[in-house]
Amino acid sequence: MVRLIASLVGAAFVLVLGIALFGSVYGAITDPVAATAESEYHLHPKELDLASNGVFGHFDRRQLQRGFQVYKEVCAACHSLRLVAFRDLQKIGYSEPEVKAIANQWVIEQPSINPETGEAATRKNIPSDHFPLPFANDVAARAANNNALPPDLSLMTKARHDGGAYIHSLLTGYQSQSAKMLKEFPDIKTPEGLHYNPYFANLNIAMPPPLTSDGQVGYADGTKATKEQMSTDVAAFLTWTAEPNLEARHAAGFASIIFILIFCGLAWGAYQNVWRDVKH
Amino acid sequence: MSFPWAKQYEPKLPLTRWLDERLPVPRLVYNSLGGGYPVPRNLNYFWNFGVLAGAALAIQIVTGIVLAMHYAANGLVAFDSVESIMRDVNAGWFLRYAHANGASMFFIVVYTHIFRGLYYGSYKAPREMVWLLGVVIFLLMMATAFMGYVLPWGQMSFWGAQVITGFFSAIPLVGDTIRIWLLGGFAPDNAALNRFFSLHYLLPFVIAGVIILHIWALHIPGSNNPTGVDVKGEQDTVPFHPYYTAKDGFGLGIFMLVFAGLLFFFPNYLGHPDNYIPANPLSTPAHIVPEWYFWPFYAILRAFTADFILPAKLWGVLAMFGSILLLFFLPWLDSSPVRSMNYRPKARIAFWVLVADILILGYCGGAPATAAYVILSQICAAYYFAHFLIILPLISRSERPRPLPNSITEAVLANHGGTSPAQTALSTASAPHTAH
Repeated sequence: MVRLIASLVGAAFVLVLGIALFGSVYGAITDPVAATAESEYHLHPKELDLASNGVFGHFDRRQLQRGFQVYKEVCAACHSLRLVAFRDLQKIGYSEPEVKAIANQWVIEQPSINPETGEAATRKNIPSDHFPLPFANDVAARAANNNALPPDLSLMTKARHDGGAYIHSLLTGYQSQSAKMLKEFPDIKTPEGLHYNPYFANLNIAMPPPLTSDGQVGYADGTKATKEQMSTDVAAFLTWTAEPNLEARHAAGFASIIFILIFCGLAWGAYQNVWRDVKH
Repeated sequence: MSFPWAKQYEPKLPLTRWLDERLPVPRLVYNSLGGGYPVPRNLNYFWNFGVLAGAALAIQIVTGIVLAMHYAANGLVAFDSVESIMRDVNAGWFLRYAHANGASMFFIVVYTHIFRGLYYGSYKAPREMVWLLGVVIFLLMMATAFMGYVLPWGQMSFWGAQVITGFFSAIPLVGDTIRIWLLGGFAPDNAALNRFFSLHYLLPFVIAGVIILHIWALHIPGSNNPTGVDVKGEQDTVPFHPYYTAKDGFGLGIFMLVFAGLLFFFPNYLGHPDNYIPANPLSTPAHIVPEWYFWPFYAILRAFTADFILPAKLWGVLAMFGSILLLFFLPWLDSSPVRSMNYRPKARIAFWVLVADILILGYCGGAPATAAYVILSQICAAYYFAHFLIILPLISRSERPRPLPNSITEAVLANHGGTSPAQTALSTASAPHTAH
């Protein structure tokens, strides 16, 4: 009885799948999906060799500080970093007085309340504050950016495939559209207010190229600030903001794996010993 | 039940005698995991995976309870509370990554455990109840994992919840009402998140209870073994302790090695980057996919693209649930009295085709629903249902199995004939049933 019903149910599913299969194959032959500009011209990020890559990944603190400088002078005007606190900057090598100064001198102030009148006010940042939002709210952010919302950057390298490489490729990937592409896909012509960047999923991104010229940022440590250098450094910095515990994680990983390997060796020995006289 | 030759628990110390008369927990442990539980001597490493599943559950419960001390299940703060765990809570990153990757490890181990059961006929009489309880555990695991993935309230959390709860609207007439009732609203929102957190905390303990029943049901007839032949006498078994405690200890070490490799070095490899974007009901991700362990079922769901009496969406939902529910009937679909596929040449071929089929379905489930992947899913889903509902019942009636060894000990002494599928396959290819 069970087998009878089961075979009927099975036959029903196979039948419906057969009908669906026929439809899919027929549709694929007669009405194939046209290629889109995105599928043809979207580029995967170029490989980026960061210190944090791989199982031996670690952070180059000088690079992180340069990257922070790029964020501060180029990106912070529009992009928030709300999950990072000023005091976290001590982990990338700034001293306590330096962190206090960075917080105090940060252009955007922390929302607060006027203690006398109770009205909304702002106050200077202190190290325990998280980086304040550059715009009061999403509406204000869109109004200032051609209706586009600049995303928060705290987790950007974990929120995109090949995060660090993606940031670097995106920042250096602005280019003009080829005539061939415009002939093949006239609809992909970059609308007014957008910019063509093949590393962006939709090809036309609202963000104007943020790194416009070499020397845009005057690095404190004297490194030459080419566009390549700045984009790499900010990619490294954003890798840190997304994964501040990367080094501790790798160190704990090595210790754990060595410990477990020793345990496995001992466990294997015990197992062999216990089973020595038993054929199995 | 135990075999007549099982060692008896004999408390020696005054304390243990006192305890044994009042609450015989040490006796229970001795009889189920200790020297008092005889187990076939020829079990291979595929028998380690039950214990590993229990260990994975324990890890999830411990890491989960500590995470719950820091997590907030409110839509406004859930995402940030998880990030606060990652950044501010001492070893919070370790807890979070352990819990997320622990879930993947749990499914890897359980899938291997299930495939062991399929290959060696562990679902057949007299162990049908063990199998049924196991399928219940699997369903509970899937529910728990789904709800757990919603909790960080990222883009995939929200949209995955939207898709899965959308299944209920496929039920004719009352579907949408049920969906809204379950969600506590018209779309996944604070109400859904809160109740998912409550149930996600509850279900693992329900799973633990069903596992106790699962092991109890197993210990009535005792464990199966790679030959599928029943235990005949004392020479066929060894006491669980120290033989299998030692082997399981080693297996646990390998499990921890893989787990540590994932957790510490590739913690986001099995995840989806979109879940690091806070949930936005107004922005649909380009590709909504569940976690990898749901991909085969997701592929089956998306394979049904044609209406036939019922709408395609309803077919997809019925098939997706049906693909798991049919496992409940497996002991009665497969009527062969031979348990182990080592001795069932035709069924063994069908088994490996099934394994390949499910792997392909898994790959399709994680891919975009473009024509090529949909066509592949349709073919593979058709085989999946045909395998369990048509092919296996027919094979089990018509095939001629290879002769079984007379006992476990005979098989062991014939130098590993039948303890490993690969070696059996090799030895049957060269010459049937020889020792070497």
